Amino acid sequence: MSATVQNLVNQPYKYGFITQIESDTVPRGLSEDTIRLISAKKEEPEFMLEFRLRAYRQWLKMTEPNWQNASYPAIDYQDIIYYSAPKVKEKKKSLEEVDPELLETFEKLGIPLSEQKRLSNVAVDAIFDSVSVATTFKEKLAKDGVIFCSISEAVREYPELVKKYLGSVVPVGDNYFAALNSAVFSDGSFVYIPKDTCCPMELSTYFRINNGDSGQFERTLIIAEAGSSVSYLEGCTAPMYDTNQLHAAVVELVALDNAEIKYSTVQNWYAGDANGKGGIYNFVTKRGLCQGVNSKISWTQVETGSAITWKYPSCVLVGDNSVGEFYSVALTNHYQQADTGTKMVHIGKNTRSTIISKGISAGKSKNSYRGLVKIGPKAQGARNYSQCDSMLIGDNAQANTFPYIQVQNNLGKVEHEASTSKIGEDQLFYFSQRGISAEDAISMMISGFCKDVFNQLPMEFAVEADRLLSLKLEGSVG
Amino acid sequence: MISENSEVILSVRDLTAEVEGTPILKGLNLEVKAGEIHAIMGPNGSGKSTFSKVLAGHPAYRVTGGTVLFRGQNLLEWEPDERAKSGVFLAFQYPLEIPGVSNLDFLRVAYNSKRQHEGLEELDAFDFDDLVQQKLDVVKMNPAFLSRSVNEGFSGGEKKRNEILQMALLEPKLGILDETDSGLDIDALRIVAGGVNQLSHANNAIVLITHYQRLLDYIVPDYVHVMEAGRIITTGGKELALELESRGYDWVREEEAAEVAR
Repeated sequence: MSATVQNLVNQPYKYGFITQIESDTVPRGLSEDTIRLISAKKEEPEFMLEFRLRAYRQWLKMTEPNWQNASYPAIDYQDIIYYSAPKVKEKKKSLEEVDPELLETFEKLGIPLSEQKRLSNVAVDAIFDSVSVATTFKEKLAKDGVIFCSISEAVREYPELVKKYLGSVVPVGDNYFAALNSAVFSDGSFVYIPKDTCCPMELSTYFRINNGDSGQFERTLIIAEAGSSVSYLEGCTAPMYDTNQLHAAVVELVALDNAEIKYSTVQNWYAGDANGKGGIYNFVTKRGLCQGVNSKISWTQVETGSAITWKYPSCVLVGDNSVGEFYSVALTNHYQQADTGTKMVHIGKNTRSTIISKGISAGKSKNSYRGLVKIGPKAQGARNYSQCDSMLIGDNAQANTFPYIQVQNNLGKVEHEASTSKIGEDQLFYFSQRGISAEDAISMMISGFCKDVFNQLPMEFAVEADRLLSLKLEGSVG
Repeated sequence: MISENSEVILSVRDLTAEVEGTPILKGLNLEVKAGEIHAIMGPNGSGKSTFSKVLAGHPAYRVTGGTVLFRGQNLLEWEPDERAKSGVFLAFQYPLEIPGVSNLDFLRVAYNSKRQHEGLEELDAFDFDDLVQQKLDVVKMNPAFLSRSVNEGFSGGEKKRNEILQMALLEPKLGILDETDSGLDIDALRIVAGGVNQLSHANNAIVLITHYQRLLDYIVPDYVHVMEAGRIITTGGKELALELESRGYDWVREEEAAEVAR
């Protein structure tokens, strides 16, 4: 790769600072005792502890999968801290009482939690290591019957909803990391949109890993009752440590008749340094269930961080005429590895799905799209359209596409398109010969390449995502 | 439009350059003044395209000796985008396709970076749109091309017209046209040549690199240079091109050999 392109993609990570704060942590390692301790610390009802233990026992019988197109040293599960929370004197009643150190941290990350300074029309749940530290606009949302709170709070306050839906989309033994998450999850967001309600604001969760030795295992559950709709966004950052941290989250979405859930992610976990040292292992299970007729679940993700990203936000289209969508931009640089894509499982009649995946690989990174489109025996009239585009920056990056298509009836229709393009020295020279700097050239080409996906993001975040990608690829011209 | 007192736009002295360690330019000399049109002809591999890329600053080409002054300043010190913003324009032999970037955006960013370089205010999207509509006439281009991605799916002729459209917008001091005639049918050739003629005036200079005399039927050069093995070996008026057409390059080589022998 030419020196110019090399320099352009070597942008330092902005969010790598560490907050000095006293933490309440459990000892390293995992056992039934650890799980009981976590459950006790969170003052959980009995059913929750049983859920965790059931998951743990399943996990013990499972083996870590290794089929992804990425390699990493073995993870020592006994060396991870499974619970880490900033020490609090007592439970906070309002934002004003939240530790100023924490507020400042989120402020620095561009997520002001004080409602006066809030992003207009966005409610935020801020999660620091293992716990939710603040949720904004709760009262305002409650007026419409919308519940937006941390999952811990939901377990205590709305046990019947949690009991009914938690694990209903991603069962405790679904996969190795989902089982681990189900056993030890610490916090996450809970959203409930009542019948025929259009959620009046964007909901957003911001995840921050601070502790160097802790894993983050958050759990998100969103339930959209019949005729309701919601748009939800998650953002993620972590400090720079030269050890790897495990992030194994589970997200479950349930859409009932005519409901619509739009779930967007801007993921910018620390990706490790230029030599591939450190960074987050982002092994996440995200799945949405279109249970009702005419329901719709739409995943949009912008993945720029993590040493390894391994996730497939999926839609299970059970309800007739339900719709699943997946829009993704995955950017990898240096030694980052991403194996990401989606699963669209068509079960109901006339179900439709769209997959638009854009992979950008720079440096010596590996970027793979892996997707499954399955049309079941009863999914007459099901349709899927997939488009997977890869862009290579320089000569040392890798892009792969692994589409899996299973069609079990002859009335389904599946289309797949793929393309690969490259930003090389000659394109950059063409831009520079017209007086356009290499930074601007790359940013124009990347924005153009990602346009179809960015158009799906909520307006406030589309700008943010565009800026984030430019930042990642910006630098001094050598 | 030759005048003794015109500004010297480009002055090349003993230029040598190599690509991947292979010397291509071996002592090239050329002087171009404002208001002049120069044609550089020569067989394949004589270094014509290399010369154009060296002037534009392509990173794959390394200058090993000699000087290049652009309006009295050392051109070789400048980055490629600086050269462009200062008024050096290269119409590419093979214009690149840029998927996802609209032609209009590309033109506007290019135009505004030049404005910025000149200390002028950038044009907003509306004013720029008005400007670009006028310029479309130069190459008789359909406005629909503005909303398409840069050169993507354009025919050979459309790509070349797009190059001349860019030149019309950027109004360079020195326009270098690298085999702009290659791959054009006769109608496209007329349109492109007509565009270049409209853009040529007393304050700028044009260097045409071409294999064939036929372009010179439409754009009449003040000087014709013949390049061979990395140097300009002979220079004449427009008649020289006709002579080359009928007698081939061997004739020039023999003449030059005789010259050296004397």
